[in-house]
Amino acid sequence: MPDLSFVFAQSLSGLTAAMFLFLIASGLSLIFGVLRVLNFAHGTFYMLGAYSAYQIVQWLGTGPVTFWVAALGAATGVALLGGIVERFLFQRLYGKEELYQLLFTYALVLILSDVARIIWGTQQKSVGRPPGLTGAVSVFGATIPDYNLFIILLGPAIALGFWYVLQRTRIGRFIRAAALDRETLGALGVNVRALYTGVFMLASFLGGLGGALISPMRAIVPGMDTEVIVEAFVVVVIGGLGSFWGTFLGALIYGQVLSFGILFFPRFSIFSIFALMAAVLIVRPWGLLGRPLK
Amino acid sequence: MKRLGSRWPVLVLIAAFFVPALGSRYYTFLANDVVIWALFATSLNLLVGYTGLVSFGHAAYFGIGAYTTGLLMKKAGVPFLLAFPAAGLLAGLFAVVFGFFCVRLTRIYFAMLTLAFAQIVWAICFKWNEVTGGEQGMPEIPYPDFAWLERVASAVPWLGGYRTSEYFYFLTLLMVGGCLWLLRRIVGSPFGRMLTTIRENPERAEFIGVNVRRYELGAFVIAGAFAGLAGGLFGIFNRGVFPDFAYWTKSSEVLIMTLLGGMGSFFGPALGALVLLWLNQQIVSYTQYWPLILGTILVVLLFVFPGGIAGAALGLGRRLMRGAARA
Repeated sequence: MPDLSFVFAQSLSGLTAAMFLFLIASGLSLIFGVLRVLNFAHGTFYMLGAYSAYQIVQWLGTGPVTFWVAALGAATGVALLGGIVERFLFQRLYGKEELYQLLFTYALVLILSDVARIIWGTQQKSVGRPPGLTGAVSVFGATIPDYNLFIILLGPAIALGFWYVLQRTRIGRFIRAAALDRETLGALGVNVRALYTGVFMLASFLGGLGGALISPMRAIVPGMDTEVIVEAFVVVVIGGLGSFWGTFLGALIYGQVLSFGILFFPRFSIFSIFALMAAVLIVRPWGLLGRPLK
Repeated sequence: MKRLGSRWPVLVLIAAFFVPALGSRYYTFLANDVVIWALFATSLNLLVGYTGLVSFGHAAYFGIGAYTTGLLMKKAGVPFLLAFPAAGLLAGLFAVVFGFFCVRLTRIYFAMLTLAFAQIVWAICFKWNEVTGGEQGMPEIPYPDFAWLERVASAVPWLGGYRTSEYFYFLTLLMVGGCLWLLRRIVGSPFGRMLTTIRENPERAEFIGVNVRRYELGAFVIAGAFAGLAGGLFGIFNRGVFPDFAYWTKSSEVLIMTLLGGMGSFFGPALGALVLLWLNQQIVSYTQYWPLILGTILVVLLFVFPGGIAGAALGLGRRLMRGAARA
């Protein structure tokens, strides 16, 4: 029986990973829920968020709020890029075969990650932790960095904010309606095209924010996009494509399985994640909290 | 005209045998690569183009085939003639198991589950150090034994003097030629025609009493087995087997080839493999940013030529014929 504080520390590290993945996967899930497209480029938006945050920090130098300005700036930049891509390219593929939509998002992966390589090179980049969050606290005998704690708290805060927007606001009602029946929504006079662009931008914003926020914890390198997109896929598939709380649950499960899988099967924790995903798909193709597609 | 129409694949095959005679090691290498990917892409097209199942995990079977042949030839010293069919067999067996679950899902969920299984295969190859060599892969896969062939060939005046890699190219041509012939027969059989019916209207096929899932599973297994054979050849050609053979980006590369050539025709994907690999070889000598170019090609394809090269050529041909008829 391992030491309890060790188990606790391990589950906290799993929780940190989970909240990050939730941030990224929620955008992926939102796009799937409304636009019915699996966006391979979402991981690339995340990578661009990380690189942009690094760049803005370089420009601004160190200051008490630099990091936060950089994170929001990077996410906004990525959201604008997402909006342009949706408005001028992606919109023409609606109604075409899924394969074409999937491959278009894959083309974006190829193009954007090479553009990132041209701008930032292949050397790994890093961003320091924001001032005020550089220390660590001790919780039940487990030491946890302040920044991780911040992420653990931020995850649920974003989830609640998201939930509030979706459930309680006019825009949220439109988004939910678009996910259920876009034709009727259009017939009611809602500008579905603009709504789609907005949803795409919001999702891109979340992806970019995820990348910016992970930059103090992980090295920023080419290839971080293809790695994370598969992780985010697993999360949304386990939770249920397009289901908001499902994504949250999927991220929690992913974080814990990964974190404890490393303890018990050091070599096969990646394997256990994919096996879990396959098992969920076999039993409930629409995921734990998802709804079957019509 | 009709005669040429059905004979040209044979003519292409015969012409391909003369590539090493050009004397360029580089062209033989490129041709060998193309031939193997052509088989890989054609096997995928059985699923995507003929049955309408978009698999995002076809690299799994390619990887399984490569590791099977690689392990058998390198670690067990099994001769190629046994190790090669074993690649198809094992890939096919995995396709039975994975496919059993995959074909119960539709559209996007099918694509996701194929991806999940492929990632499982990749994770095993990546982590199972003792058997697969893990992250480092398995270098130095031996070529099949051509000693006897070299002895025979050197006795005949103008046949000798080829290198082992060139003999392997001839062998690849024969094997892939045979596989493509088989696949062509499968596509043209009642089974193959039923796959097209299923693609066009699965509900109707179900309604007239066809067991749609069983046909889809059949297509899945055949496609997996031939992808395995392609992988078996690729491991030897590549002189090593590595986990990224089964990584999801490989699955999308082969999808792009299939789409580029044209999913609507049997030889379209092979043509896609030729064009894409040739372009790759041309472009990487000028710039290291091949993915950027590939992505751009893909965008142009999707927006301008969704039917691929074969589709565009057919469309052009039809327009010319109509013009000729009017004149």
